[in-house]
This record gives sequence, C-alpha cells and structure tokens, in this order.
Amino acid sequence: MKFSASLRLRRGTFDLAADFDIKLTGITALFGATGSGKTSLLRALAGIERATGHISADGAEWQNDRLFLPPHRRAIGYIFQEADLFPHLSIRENLVYGYKRRAPTERRFQPDELTDLLGLENLLPRRVSGLSGGERQLVALGRALLSSPRILFMDEPLAALDRDTKARIYPLLLRIAKSMDIPILYVSHSLDEVARLADQMILMSEGKIMATGATGAMLTRLDLSLAQSPEAEVVVPGVAAQADVAGPLTAIVFPGGKFLTHALPVAPGENVRLRIAASDVSLALTHRTDSSILNIFPAQIMEMRDLPQNLVLVKLRFLAQTPSAEESPVVLARITKHSASALNLQHGQQVFAQIKGAAVLWS
Amino acid sequence: MSADVTALLLTLKLAFLTTFILLALATPLAWWLTRTRSGLKPVIEAIVALPLVLPPTVLGFYLLVALSPAHAFGAFLEKTLGAKLVFSFPGLVVGSLIYSLPFAVGPIKDGFTSLGNRPLEVAATLGASPFNRFLTVALPLAWPAYLTAAVLTFSHTLGEFGIVLMIGGNIPDHTQVLSTVIYNHVEALQFGKAHTLALGLLIFSFLTLLAVYVLRRKAEPVRF
Repeated sequence: MKFSASLRLRRGTFDLAADFDIKLTGITALFGATGSGKTSLLRALAGIERATGHISADGAEWQNDRLFLPPHRRAIGYIFQEADLFPHLSIRENLVYGYKRRAPTERRFQPDELTDLLGLENLLPRRVSGLSGGERQLVALGRALLSSPRILFMDEPLAALDRDTKARIYPLLLRIAKSMDIPILYVSHSLDEVARLADQMILMSEGKIMATGATGAMLTRLDLSLAQSPEAEVVVPGVAAQADVAGPLTAIVFPGGKFLTHALPVAPGENVRLRIAASDVSLALTHRTDSSILNIFPAQIMEMRDLPQNLVLVKLRFLAQTPSAEESPVVLARITKHSASALNLQHGQQVFAQIKGAAVLWS
Repeated sequence: MSADVTALLLTLKLAFLTTFILLALATPLAWWLTRTRSGLKPVIEAIVALPLVLPPTVLGFYLLVALSPAHAFGAFLEKTLGAKLVFSFPGLVVGSLIYSLPFAVGPIKDGFTSLGNRPLEVAATLGASPFNRFLTVALPLAWPAYLTAAVLTFSHTLGEFGIVLMIGGNIPDHTQVLSTVIYNHVEALQFGKAHTLALGLLIFSFLTLLAVYVLRRKAEPVRF
C-alpha cells in the first residue's frame, strides 16, 4: 500500500509534525522512545485523532484540506495495547462486530478461517472477563482481521504480555503480513521486537520522523539513535543447516559464510533471522583460536563513531567470498575507547570480529 | 375510591410518565455533555443542577407564573397545546420533569463518562458509524447508569411536594398526590392515615434503592 502523509497535531506542549511517503508492505515498525509521538501519529493516521494535513492511501484521499474520512470509513484494523474487547458481548459477538459491518462482497475472511488460524475455538464459549491478556489480544486481532482491513495498525499490542506469549504471537503477525497480504504498521519501543518482526521502519523522535528505511540498513546507521542505544543489534538473514562439526550446534548459512550457534530448534533449510547485539561483538587483530568464541570472521572497518561514556561504535563488513561485497553481513561492535586506541583501530582496517555462539539470538 | 387510593394512582402515573419522558430527554443531553468541548457546557450543567439547590417552592412559583394564562408564555402554551397547564395534571408533569431533571441527567452522564473513549474508538475502527456506536456500545455498557437514573427519578418524583403544591394546587382527583395527601392528613391530625402512607413510601423507597445497589454490584465484575 502506497502511503503518503503530512500531518500536524498539537497537544499541550507536544507537537507532532510528521511527513512521510512510504510503500507499506510486510511489517513496518513505527519506532521511537516513549513520548516520541508514535501513538499520536498512528491515531492520526487512523482518523481517531483529528490532525491537520493530508493522508492518501493507494491514491485514495483519506484526509486533506476539504476532506476528513472518519475512522469507520478508512477500512483499517486497529489493535490497541490493552485489547479492548467489548465486555457486554460474547467472544463470538466480539469477533464478528466488524465483520457484520462490512458488505458481504467486501469480506475477505470468514469467521471459521480466523478462529482456525488464531486457535480461538476453545475460547468461543468463554466470557471476555475470563480471558488472559494473550487470549484477549488474539481475539482482538481476529476481530480486526474479520473487518477486512486493507491495513492493520498495531499500537504496542504485545507490550503487556510475557515473553512466551509474545513468541507465540510473532509468527502469526508475520503470517498475516506476508501470506494474508495485509500490511502492518506496528508501533514499538522495543528494538528487539523490531529486529524480529519488521521489514522496514519509521524512526520517530520528539514528534518528528527522523528516518525511514529497510530494517537491516536502519539498524546499522551509526548516525541514528538505534545503533547508538545500549540495545543496538543487527539482523543477518540466513538459512539453517547441519553443523559439520561435532557437538550440539546449529549452523546458519549466510552469503559468504556461516555462523555456529548453540543448537536451535529449527529444521535445516528453514529461514532464520539472526540477531547480533553490538555488545556481543569483540574485535581482535589476529585470528585467535584459543578461546571459547565460536565465530571469528575477517572483517573491514567501514565506519567508527564515538559514543558517550568513552565507548566507540564500530561498523564492520565481513570479508567473505560473495559475488558482491554488498551482500556480506554488516555487524556493529561496541567497544571501549581504551580498546579502540590500544588496537589503533582505523577506518578501512582489516580486523577479526569475534562473536560467541551463545550470544546469537534468532527468530 | 378513597382519596388516598386515587392519590396513589395519580402519583404512580405521574412518576412513571416523568421517568419515561426524562430518560428519553436526558439521554441526548447527557451524551452531549459528555462529549462536547463547547464553552456552553458549564452553563448547561449549572442550569441542569439548579433544581438540586433551589427550594422547590421557588421553582414552583416561577413555573406557576410562567405557565399561567395571564402570562404571555403561558397563554401561548395554552393556545398551542389546547390544555390548561396550571392546576392540572399536565402542569404537574412539566413541573416534575424540571424538578427531577438532574436525577436523570447526572447518573446517565456519569455512566457515559466512565465508559471512556476507548470502546467507542474500537467500534469506530471496526466500521461502526457514530450513531451505531452509541446504540451498540455506549447504551448497553451504560445500562447500570440507566437503572440508577430511572429509580432516582421515579422515587424523587414520588416524593416531591413543593412544586406539586404550587403548580398543582392539591386538587383531589386531579393534582393531589401522595406527598400532598400526607400533608393534608397531618394538617387534619389524622396521624394514623399519615403513618400508613408515609411508612409505605419509606419502605418502597428503601426497597427500590436496595434493588438498584444489588443489581449494580452484580453488573460490576463484567465491566472493566
């Protein structure tokens, strides 16, 4: 969905001034710190909040100087943080609330399909007040999808859930975005979540849009707050394979090399997103084999940036035998300023990036 | 039929009619007061609350003056409606509507306010128009408030005295209601008759209020 918006909204001392032009496919993360205006922007895009400016979606005007489509006429789905199910309706009635309000010819899914997909059959006879947080959010998701939205807005939908519940819902979201072909605009302040889910991201700060782009590229931009944050991590897409060394390990093959990790519950051939935190990458000038570190790659320093608290952020590209250097993975290493000067690290220099097999996260 | 029974029937008719009309009138008013950002809101709120603080005789006096055919407004009403409003049952209804207005608007407004915006926002994103959201979300979620409003309005109308006396004139068969009959009995030193009616009214009021609070308590676990 081609989305173009230019919105202004003033609430007390907060000013939202967001302009963007983006093709929304898959999952797009709307990322920023608390108070950066992500939720306000999402609410304005949905028409819940009345901002001034214009919005057009796939050429259809949602809002401009003369026109304001109210939310019920924007064909959107919206998932709030607290899964606000209607307490006076049964779970089935909740699910079909939006479905009933769409013309039969415009309905894209049937209730049975979605109760199957989301595993809601056992919940149907229960009462809204008896559901857990995760179950509520699944019902809210089913309810939104049954209203046949052309785009799904999600406002930190999993923020209140525990890790296991989140892990069960992530694959469903990926599936909705990819196989059901409903683009998702996903508000999050968790870098981890963004790295797991998002194909592209919109970065916000103080009511403004700082940058937009593919998640991989955004995470490795040293000039953005993403790479500078203590949680900075990069995403390396790869394919699971049998490790050819003895022991319970998994190999993840990427263009020009492979990572060894602790044995992951993935089948050979499965696509995996490796996530490598900047704080888990260390640098050496020589190839040392007398340590516990499983992964050592020759790499070239592309860029360095000083961080507060005497830290240095180093951006590296693996020197691997790939058809084009562009495809080689890029990682970040956060090291002390002391180490950087002790090793006399320079732009363009060749070093060895060391990554513990146990430090690699995956999704 | 004894004067007590006709007064009782008249009182019930008045209370039911007033409650029914007031719930219908209070709904849009309470909704507007809940949603509006208009500067007029406090003015309207103050006007709605006036009957709470004014002595009923003051209200009754002004109503009597306003509705009297000697006054231009009263004359106009009598001509268009074709009915006498002063010292008549329709006059009593008008008086009760004004007198009990805050008891209908208050609880309903609180009910709408406690809903918050969220359920309505959710319904909007699911394709429900504003009126549809009101019917399918706001009204069913606010039902405990309607129960409170109905009972308070009904009981309050049963017990009103000052306005009824001023505008109705305590005419047997026409405008004599329970509260004024009790007054008559006391005036005539017929304490036994007064007791029967007064105690009946007391017990009835207590039981209805008790029923409301029990029902509301049952309703609460379902709400967030």
